[in-house]
Amino acid sequence: MTTSFKTPLLGSQDDTDFDSVYEPAEDSFLLLDMLEKDHAFLTSIDPGLCLEVGCGSGICITFLAQILSNTATFFCTDINPKAVEMTRATALKNGQTVEPVLCNLTDALEQRLKGKVDVLLFNPPYVVTPSQEVASSGIEASWAGGIKGREVTDKFLPKVASLLSPKGAFYLVVIKENDPDDIGRLMKGYGLVMTCLGSRRAGREFLSTLRFTRQNYSGGS
Amino acid sequence: MKLLTHNMLTSNIIKGVTKGFPLGITSTKVEVKEVDFNPAFVVKTLTKIDYPALYQAAKDIGYADGLPEKLEDNIKENEELLKKLHNALLQVEVIEGELVCPESGRKFPIANGIPNMLLQENEVENVAQ
Repeated sequence: MTTSFKTPLLGSQDDTDFDSVYEPAEDSFLLLDMLEKDHAFLTSIDPGLCLEVGCGSGICITFLAQILSNTATFFCTDINPKAVEMTRATALKNGQTVEPVLCNLTDALEQRLKGKVDVLLFNPPYVVTPSQEVASSGIEASWAGGIKGREVTDKFLPKVASLLSPKGAFYLVVIKENDPDDIGRLMKGYGLVMTCLGSRRAGREFLSTLRFTRQNYSGGS
Repeated sequence: MKLLTHNMLTSNIIKGVTKGFPLGITSTKVEVKEVDFNPAFVVKTLTKIDYPALYQAAKDIGYADGLPEKLEDNIKENEELLKKLHNALLQVEVIEGELVCPESGRKFPIANGIPNMLLQENEVENVAQ
């Protein structure tokens, strides 16, 4: 059976909102499509607590809430004040409830969410840029990834295994330049297994969505 | 911001703060938004939270009515209590207010229902790269 879910409407007031918040693009839509494709797996782990890091417009966390019929708690963070506001509006516009927190990565949540996150999403700033362009709270923060486009991702990856619940799954968007094989090796060191759910070329970017689960977790419940 | 979210926030990232939990909470605007009551979800959620912190936060903003100071083991059968917990965890939303680090006193505003936990670089412990 194929299920099809609607793409969430955005909670923006006008187009100038996207001067400061990342407007959903191919990478966002790939993540949405892969979550939809993975719907049976997601349902099988019966998530109670989900978290998106860097929620931007809120399209992904809202979509996740939609496909899980809002039977979990959906936390999300962004370092950009305009982004968390738009996320809240996007969720409401689609009849979903999400809990945005304005903070860097998972700074304010990671202590208490250790071992509790069933679904973790991260569509990071992955574009290869000079290092100086990384760390900001404006629109650049949504794409500038520094060396190999990995500078922000690499700060977060070591936290993933401790955040995930025993059955938890982590979804990450990457481009070829981020070296997915190297990410796979790195995460294996934390006891996580990588699966590439799908790839797509969008202009100059070759995008993939990766999923990580614990080595000793075989799915289902 | 729901009290469930308050229950998951810490300020331990601040330099010199060890635990940073639970954060103090004050409110100037609270809304109660109806959420479908799902007893199984409330029970599941209760296993993930720190109950004393929830109780204290609910009390601090004036929404602890009917909540016990301590949770008994047999809550599953007590639907009336589960409904009260459902309300405190999922329906009560702080729209405007403030969170306070219990150790440093650093304040974090809650505006339009969103807590602002951003810190200046000089407030954060320098982590070796």
